[in-house]
Amino acid sequence: MPAPIRLRELIRTIRTARTQAEEREMIQKECAAIRSSFREEDNTYRCRNVAKLLYMHMLGYPAHFGQLECLKLIASQKFTDKRIGYLGAMLLLDERQDVHLLMTNCIKNDLNHSTQYVQGLALCTLGCMGSSEMCRDLAGEVEKLLKTSNSYLRKKAALCAVHVIRKVPELMEMFLPATKNLLSEKNHGVLHTSVVLLTEMCERSPDMLAHFRKNEKLVPQLVRILKNLIMSGYSPEHDVSGISDPFLQVRILRLLRILGRSDDDSSEAMNDILAQVATNTETSKNVGNAILYETVLTIMDIKSESGLRVLAINILGRFLLNNDKNIRYVALTSLLKTVQTDHNAVQRHRSTIVDCLKDLDVSIKRRAMELSFALVNGNNIRGMMKELLYFLDSCDPEFKADCASGVFLAAEKYAPSKRWHIDTIMRVLTTAGSYVRDDSVPNLIQLITNSVEMHAYTVQRLYKALLDDISQQPLVQVASWCIGEYGDLLVSGQCEEEEPIQVTEDEVLDVLEGLLVSNLSTPVTRGYSLTAIMKLSTRFTSVNRIKKVVSIYGSSIDVELQQRAVEYNALFKKYDHMRPALLERMPIMEKSASNGPTEIVQTNGETEPSVEPKHPPPVTQPANQANDLLDLLGGNDVVPVIQTTMPTKPASAGGELLDLLGDLSLSGGPAPAPAPSVPTSQPPFLLDGLSSQPLFNDIAAAAIPPMTAYNKNGLKIDFTFERANPNPNIAVITIHASNSTEADMTDFVFQAAVPKTFQLQLLSPSSNVVPALNQGTVTQVIRVLNPQKQQLRMRIKLTYTLKGSPVQDLAEVNNFPPQSWQ
Amino acid sequence: MMHFMLLFSRQGKLRLQKWYTATAERDKKKMVRELMQIVLARKPKMCSFLEWRDLKIVYKRYASLYFCCAIEEQDNELITLEVIHRFVELLDKYFGSVCELDIIFNFEKAYFILDEFLMGGEIQDTSKKSVLKAIEQADLLQEEDESPRSVLEEMGLA
Repeated sequence: MPAPIRLRELIRTIRTARTQAEEREMIQKECAAIRSSFREEDNTYRCRNVAKLLYMHMLGYPAHFGQLECLKLIASQKFTDKRIGYLGAMLLLDERQDVHLLMTNCIKNDLNHSTQYVQGLALCTLGCMGSSEMCRDLAGEVEKLLKTSNSYLRKKAALCAVHVIRKVPELMEMFLPATKNLLSEKNHGVLHTSVVLLTEMCERSPDMLAHFRKNEKLVPQLVRILKNLIMSGYSPEHDVSGISDPFLQVRILRLLRILGRSDDDSSEAMNDILAQVATNTETSKNVGNAILYETVLTIMDIKSESGLRVLAINILGRFLLNNDKNIRYVALTSLLKTVQTDHNAVQRHRSTIVDCLKDLDVSIKRRAMELSFALVNGNNIRGMMKELLYFLDSCDPEFKADCASGVFLAAEKYAPSKRWHIDTIMRVLTTAGSYVRDDSVPNLIQLITNSVEMHAYTVQRLYKALLDDISQQPLVQVASWCIGEYGDLLVSGQCEEEEPIQVTEDEVLDVLEGLLVSNLSTPVTRGYSLTAIMKLSTRFTSVNRIKKVVSIYGSSIDVELQQRAVEYNALFKKYDHMRPALLERMPIMEKSASNGPTEIVQTNGETEPSVEPKHPPPVTQPANQANDLLDLLGGNDVVPVIQTTMPTKPASAGGELLDLLGDLSLSGGPAPAPAPSVPTSQPPFLLDGLSSQPLFNDIAAAAIPPMTAYNKNGLKIDFTFERANPNPNIAVITIHASNSTEADMTDFVFQAAVPKTFQLQLLSPSSNVVPALNQGTVTQVIRVLNPQKQQLRMRIKLTYTLKGSPVQDLAEVNNFPPQSWQ
Repeated sequence: MMHFMLLFSRQGKLRLQKWYTATAERDKKKMVRELMQIVLARKPKMCSFLEWRDLKIVYKRYASLYFCCAIEEQDNELITLEVIHRFVELLDKYFGSVCELDIIFNFEKAYFILDEFLMGGEIQDTSKKSVLKAIEQADLLQEEDESPRSVLEEMGLA
């Protein structure tokens, strides 16, 4: 068999291949030759063959059949064989396969070889790819070598120990004794690897860390070594651009960082040297900056004095101005880490940071953006926002979502005025509208509802934006919602902030219908626009057009749209009397800052107002319908009405609503209308009162006699009283409705209104069917606040269906017993 | 610690790969392919650092070769650039004005030098002289291995 071709030869040949196929052919041929050579157990050429195999492996071809050959090479006596064998082991062997364990014995022998270069090979292989089992078996040998006086071996043993500890942390203890004199070495190789070993041990074990701090007095030793490096003259062997052994300096600084972290004494001991390094290091080359960078990281992480911290931040500030973009990148990363703790110091470099937004490098831009958001505060909001919005316009798509979210957050926290806030939101929606996160839409809507005086302006601007572009879904969704809510303001041209536009109801409906049919609209968006159209039925006069649209979508393929349309249709047909109240203006929404309760409110008044019509009338609450009565009593309009639409959990729902109500203030002056809301001065009490169920569990000490409030046509309504403890100003009335006729009274709704000086709240009824022949009663709780202790009067309205025909009646209740209001 | 170092050409040909963490062959191939694509797409003006998965990538181009290292979150990127530069200097001293061809035809020697400079992702020796001396001695050992055989062969006593 002719001698296998040499490695160089093979490489040359393969490189002449002009196509991938040709190369593959050559490789396959050579692999076959190598395979047969292996089969012949040829010792002479094994080394050459494995080397060729390694080359082919690098090109991407399989070489696993060479694994055992590597092991044979390692076992050989020749140095050449061992060299290639160990290299092959490191490249081809995988600790997942048991084959690798066969190496263990060879390595053990080689660790004790007479030639240090063989020992070196073994240490290197173990230290690069030794598995946990191998490490366990050979840790003892490594520990022995760690104590040798041969610095060539000692430095390798140290790094090998690092690997062993990483693989098998429990073995850390056994290396402790050997570390005793490591730092008194003169050899920089040993020093460097020792510092790495000590770092690894301190990072992994708090006990070790404490031991090295106290017993070994590591900090003074390290300080001394570092000092020598800085002060000593030129040392050609370790010099890099005029700095003596920067690699060692950086590692020492890193170990100091770990030692000084959360430890006052250690931190103090290193203050001086850190200041020295920070001020004396040459910054003209990358090397010097690398050391400064590590120094800054250390200063910021330990308990350094403030002067040192300011020094560190200033170094970072200088880095920001460096021409080298790598340095700028590193500075921005570090500033991002320190901006929380040293906010004011970082603020000083704000303008430089903002300039970095215009950098060409993607990583620098991202960091500059994150840092800019962290630096925004009440003072610089206008200027910063200008820069950030400009950035949003021109940045890559990958940034837009994060930037938009950041802008919203910052605007919410620091907006100098509502108008500015709305304008900023508009700007983001129009420029980066499609990148805005989904959860921003409800947040924005909530924001808009809360800026009551800006409603007209907002809806106008949103309408104009829609005319330009309907492709950006978040913008379209927010716009449809607003038009649905405030469409009346839009057509009436009431805008104060800017020139009001002239737009007719039909034009508005054209736009909304356009959204429904457009291909650009997502199903969610279509839902928004349908609901918006529906809401306009109570705000516009062209109800017929709306009815038509709604009925068309009753047969839509989209199930969601279909359901909405069907229910809205039902609203028009069967429940038209409920429609105005249901489609009322939304109340101001609470942000979900408080727990639980407001979640319900959020879903309640959220962007999907279709929640209300989804559970049509029967069990919905009359609280809002009290508004009609308010009109009768001469109350104000446009008072935020609280919808109590949680039919499923009546009692607790009431409680949670009071939670909300407690924070609400009534619009206008002195209790303008006895809306079913609660006075702000009272909230704590009311909440207390409602925390347990049943709601009112205390019996009034002085029993107040019950009374009959209404008795007509078979319907009798009795009132029973309790004093809500401990506030004597609140009367708690429970109504009991009974039906003496032969048929059930269905769709029973009880409403009440009180004069201006009172405040009333109606809770959910027990049911809306009053069974016939007095078989049962419907109960409902009314709470009346009577701070001025005036005579209680009430007007009630009753609606129900009896034998298929609706019945409605109004009555005044004046016969309250004096105890109920005195 | 360094997780791995890659050397590849501008055409995307791998010239050297050293892994300091146990990774499956399949995953190595995937990572190498991905990273090569990302680094080769970078423009000259961009900085030498990028984030990839949970690692930091430090890369630098020397003539036609890209030197690419993956380091951990807490490692110093700037000093890693110096580590790369030191390795290039070692190659340069050894081969005498090193070029890509040297590394192609003598890849095993490039590995030997790397293994004398780094171990387990950390620097073994910060002295250029010391590393080069060790390689030199090891090469001598290798020659001693080979020469006796050829001498004997020459004398016809093999």
